[in-house]
Amino acid sequence: MPVIDRNLYVPALDAWIDPSEPKARAIITHGHADHARSGHGAVLATPDTIEIMKVRYGEDCAGRFEALDFHEPLTMDGATITFFPAGHILGSAQVLVEAEGQRVVVTGDYKRLRDRTAQPYEPVACDLLVTEATFGLPVFQHPDPRDEIARLLKSVAAQPERSHLIGCYALGKAQRVIALLRDAGWDRPIYLHGAMIRLCELYQSLGVEIGELLPATGMGKAEMMGQIVIAPPSAIRDRWSRRFPDPVVCQASGWMSVKQRARQALVELPLVISDHCDWGELNVSILESGAETVWVTHGREDALVYWCKQQGLNAEPLALPGLDDDGGEGGE
Amino acid sequence: MKRFADLLELLALTPSRTRKIEALKRYFAEVPDPDRGIALAVLTSEMDIRNVKPALLRDTVLAEVDETLFRLSYDYVGDLGETIALIWPHKAEGELPGLSALVDLLNHTSKAELPKVIGGLLSQAAIHERWALVKLATGALRIGVSARLAKTALAEMSGAELQEIEEVWHGLRPPYANLFAWLEGKAGRPDIDNAARFHPLMLSNPIEDKDFEKLDPRDFSAEWKWDGIRVQLVMGKQGVSMFSRTGDEISGSFPDVVESVMGRAVLDGELLVGHDFEARSFNDLQQRLNRKVAQGKQMQELPAFVRVYDMLFDGEEDIRVLGWEGRRGRLEAWFARNPQTRLDLSEVLPFDGWEDLGRLRRQGADEHGHEGVMIKLRTAPYVPGRPKGFWFKWKRDPNVVDAVLMYAQRGHGKRSSYYSDYTFGVWKGNEIVPIGKAYFGFTDEELKQLDKWIRANTTGSFGPVREVKKELVFEVAFDSAQKSGRHKSGVALRFPRINRIRWDKPAQEAARLEDMDAFVGAT
Repeated sequence: MPVIDRNLYVPALDAWIDPSEPKARAIITHGHADHARSGHGAVLATPDTIEIMKVRYGEDCAGRFEALDFHEPLTMDGATITFFPAGHILGSAQVLVEAEGQRVVVTGDYKRLRDRTAQPYEPVACDLLVTEATFGLPVFQHPDPRDEIARLLKSVAAQPERSHLIGCYALGKAQRVIALLRDAGWDRPIYLHGAMIRLCELYQSLGVEIGELLPATGMGKAEMMGQIVIAPPSAIRDRWSRRFPDPVVCQASGWMSVKQRARQALVELPLVISDHCDWGELNVSILESGAETVWVTHGREDALVYWCKQQGLNAEPLALPGLDDDGGEGGE
Repeated sequence: MKRFADLLELLALTPSRTRKIEALKRYFAEVPDPDRGIALAVLTSEMDIRNVKPALLRDTVLAEVDETLFRLSYDYVGDLGETIALIWPHKAEGELPGLSALVDLLNHTSKAELPKVIGGLLSQAAIHERWALVKLATGALRIGVSARLAKTALAEMSGAELQEIEEVWHGLRPPYANLFAWLEGKAGRPDIDNAARFHPLMLSNPIEDKDFEKLDPRDFSAEWKWDGIRVQLVMGKQGVSMFSRTGDEISGSFPDVVESVMGRAVLDGELLVGHDFEARSFNDLQQRLNRKVAQGKQMQELPAFVRVYDMLFDGEEDIRVLGWEGRRGRLEAWFARNPQTRLDLSEVLPFDGWEDLGRLRRQGADEHGHEGVMIKLRTAPYVPGRPKGFWFKWKRDPNVVDAVLMYAQRGHGKRSSYYSDYTFGVWKGNEIVPIGKAYFGFTDEELKQLDKWIRANTTGSFGPVREVKKELVFEVAFDSAQKSGRHKSGVALRFPRINRIRWDKPAQEAARLEDMDAFVGAT
């Protein structure tokens, strides 16, 4: 019997990793909606991920929660599970499954660039690596996010009469962008769309310092000149944005490196800030893991599978159900 | 180069025209010669780096990147230039040379050496610079900036009239040092051969019913308003050029005209297609316009000609100061001296009072598909721009049809949070088939109401487009209708706009496809 099958089912535990439908037992890598869903019987996840799931879906979104800290092996029914930080968002984990002398790592979503809002990624040696490939094409070469934030602040300084609206996913990206702004010296209040508030508060209660945050709704136009607002991507071009003075539409995403895409999305200031590995980082991670077999999922599998084979590795794409191929980072 | 890359990015992504102009002004004011002149040439598509073609760039990249990975990436990105810029392994090995040094380098490197040189440049560049570098090298900007916008920025920067810049533009070459010197007041206006370049056109104003009582018909002459495109023929010592009304040279698409005209002059007229000066529909002309280089078969089937209605230069003499009657006399005399096969004179219509002209206008529209009539003050000199009171256009009444709103799309810039672009259709049996798209003709207040209605009545959404309940009727005005294989309905409207929103009208009472036949037949 294999340690894990191609639907990320672990037979020894009768458990599924990030299942797209309610299951009796689920192991959840992180809190984004295409990985964490409500309605499972029992959920095994990091303490932070469990807190995130409760805030998003309610206290009783699973029958039972079991929290497992990073680096703490948990042995049951002939298999051992250990979580290692994935660096993607707060609480995000790679899952190491050890059984029958085999080591399997399911990365979930991960990144290697520094981000103080998430526990930093650690490479984990394994025989089979199941890796994501959201940015699995060599056109993706993410720049230093601090340079992107510098471009944003330059634009804010040059246009003091406008507000800058940054489209961000509410979980992870928003808090990271705020942290990057703080680290770059932006100490004024940052304004939030209503959909951002609960998760930002959760991050703060879990010890992530992101400074003073205020609701963006209810502010006068004049007060919002020169301010920075964080909102979901859907709101920054929609009716909600009309309340701000001549807003500069910004979006923080790895997709923003493609200018034609930014143009089509009517983004005036694209910020290439990603919570996933770029092409080079995916390559390095695969080689570092020492895995002989690589399964590729979540994104542009073809190119990464092709590259793995060129390196002499066994590789194949996984078509997992319920994953949206092009919906953006983390499906959020 | 960094500065130019920043400018290109801003121009590509900023929806506001005013902001684009501000950015251009700042660039032209702050960047020294010759770099700013090279930038101007790139923005106005006057820069041609002959040896750098997309295929050469592709080969350069394939020496560095696996072909399969390149193909998969290109499939994803969809734009060759951008794929190259993004996929080039990021090195940022140093500083790129300035814009003019860069263009010099590309122009003076042999074809065999070019891949190596370009590879070196791509390795030196930062990510944004690679994008600009590829755009510069291939000349395909595709960032939504017209030559006119760049010239408008020059005018605003210097206080010169756009008109004046257009007048000298076609006599200038990159890097335009003499142009900038003049605009900055350091030198006089560049001296160029007056009779051998484009001169900005004189345009007309629409006439309104109340205007007629103030105007004495005896002071005016009338001509048909032809449904072609306005051109200027510049027939100088060095040869013949044909320009569109914005000053773009279109000689290459119409060698049949350019190569057969005789004599020296600068003429103003309407470009049309058809045999023996029998003008065919605008649709037919469009087939010729869409070609950068003319095709033999098309030139036989759709020969082009120019119906001339005015003269700016008689030989080398500038006659724009003369009144219309004086110029018309010179034009007729010139035609008598210079027999033509592809030029004819626009006929002057005799008429007896405004009412009589109104009758002629209707008859011309119904029987010959004319767009209406032009009315010109007999004493008016030729004044570029749109001077008041000299030339009037009296268009035939628009056709209208009641159509049903089918889809709405978000607008751009200020309108990006509104659904402001509308596709509408008419009944074909029990279904509605699209006949056109329009995005103006309504007030800001109506736009708000429409936006609200669309959001409340959405049945599906496809990216920026929403499909709506087939319940709202627009009265759509249009200039003419033509058969079209491109639309499911088989009909295409020319210049459609929303005339009225018929909140009151049930969709069942909207027009049927059969009703459109009457309009198609009319032109």
